[in-house]
Amino acid sequence: MLEVKDLIVNYGVIQALKGISFEVNEGEVIALIGANGAGKTTTLQTISGMLQPTSGQVLLEGTDITKVPGHKIVSMGMAHVPEGRRVFPGLTVLENLKMGAYTRSNKKEIGDAFDRVYESFPRLKERQNQLAGTLSGGEQQMLAMGRALMSQPRIILMDEPSMGLSPIYVEEIFNIIQEISKAGTTVLLVEQNAKKALAIADRAYVLETGNIVLSGDAKTLMNDDSIKKAYLGE
Amino acid sequence: MGFLTYLINGLSLGSVYAIIALGYTMVYGIAKMLNFAHGDVIMIGAYVVFMCMANSGMPAVVSIVISIVCCTALGMIIEKIAYKPLRKATNLAVLITAIGVSYFLQNMALMLFGSNPVSFTSVINWQGISLAGGSLKITGNAIITIITCVVIMIVLMWFVKNTKPGQAMRAVSEDKEAAILMGINVNATISLTFAIGSGLAAIAGALLCSSYPSLTPYTGSMPGIKAFTAAVFGGIGSIPGALIGGLLLGIIEILAKAYISSQLADAIVFAVLIIVLLVKPTGILGKQIKEKV
Repeated sequence: MLEVKDLIVNYGVIQALKGISFEVNEGEVIALIGANGAGKTTTLQTISGMLQPTSGQVLLEGTDITKVPGHKIVSMGMAHVPEGRRVFPGLTVLENLKMGAYTRSNKKEIGDAFDRVYESFPRLKERQNQLAGTLSGGEQQMLAMGRALMSQPRIILMDEPSMGLSPIYVEEIFNIIQEISKAGTTVLLVEQNAKKALAIADRAYVLETGNIVLSGDAKTLMNDDSIKKAYLGE
Repeated sequence: MGFLTYLINGLSLGSVYAIIALGYTMVYGIAKMLNFAHGDVIMIGAYVVFMCMANSGMPAVVSIVISIVCCTALGMIIEKIAYKPLRKATNLAVLITAIGVSYFLQNMALMLFGSNPVSFTSVINWQGISLAGGSLKITGNAIITIITCVVIMIVLMWFVKNTKPGQAMRAVSEDKEAAILMGINVNATISLTFAIGSGLAAIAGALLCSSYPSLTPYTGSMPGIKAFTAAVFGGIGSIPGALIGGLLLGIIEILAKAYISSQLADAIVFAVLIIVLLVKPTGILGKQIKEKV
């Protein structure tokens, strides 16, 4: 579904990604875990065309999208829920969701997408006329996810969806990610909450200062001693 | 009746300011930059109308349409050549470039049209109406200017709320990167914003010079600064703010000229602005801008 090959990304003189390769197969939930500054967000931003890599390749369903500008990625079937949610604060919940369907023009399909999003996030329906900036952090995260789903993506990238949320919301967000996956969307999840991420992921990659240092089956990684020590706090 | 006449003149001048202020406020809202060359686009627009009408004898409406087309193209070209390469540069670099473009347009006009004022023929060929037994006269210029401003405002607010490009403009003004993730072409949206603002500048130029018919290469400069003031006054980035700011500024200016001193009118206008900004730094309808870290 998604293949990343030897990706190198530089910020000025700093090398944020030092040649990483990984793949995401259709239907999988893949977790990308690692500490702050490991390059997780950079990886997602490069995949979705927000950053240009120095070298390397990103393939989406076999098509090279490395040079495709960011705004053309959505219509190719990939959505990105950015770090910090980035909802449009001055627009209502409804208008935010409409923005998510910006690239779609079929009214019936948009209507179906609304139904599906409201079914997964009943709270968004209750608050559809409220300004997004007035929602709580957890609600904004739901809105950011709902907005991404409005484009009916085949693969969805999520950057730290649980960041800054109360434990109840964290629980809810991870349940929703599982639901999204069950509904047939492939998920690439970046998380600092490694425990939660590994619990719902099929496979995982561990990033450390721009390199993938470990990868494998999520259940196996969860029992790996070095992972336990570094990321699970055990 | 004197007061009412002044008020209507103020509304008329304020309408011109409001139309110009739209260009400032929309570009600021979407590209987060102050396009100080905007006032000079008005002047170019007015010269195009003048050339079409006086030199080629075309009807006013045709001349204005040609002027809108020219200014729209000019605005898009300025954005593409001068501002787009600076998308990632500091605000100061963009600001200085905008001032440079402003001087460039003025000097280009000096070369093409000379420094002598030309006498602009009004695009509005209507004497206006007389009310209250002839004691209150409203000129055709004033009526058409105010109506044009109201129509532009309504159309623009509808456009931004209900069309796809309008939606894109709102999204880009809220969060550029999130807008890209929605599939919105940010560069095209910025270009469109310049096109709309500059097209409106052509209309403002024709209306302004119909009421104040002496046209020179510096004609756009002062109204440009005042309209910018109006945009800040109403809350920069806000379309209704541009309307309210523009109208208030026009009325204050004309009343100050009439009742206080015509020399001090501009000083009074700017003093009012300073007081408003001291009390409400974001302007009348401005949103609290949160700096993102």
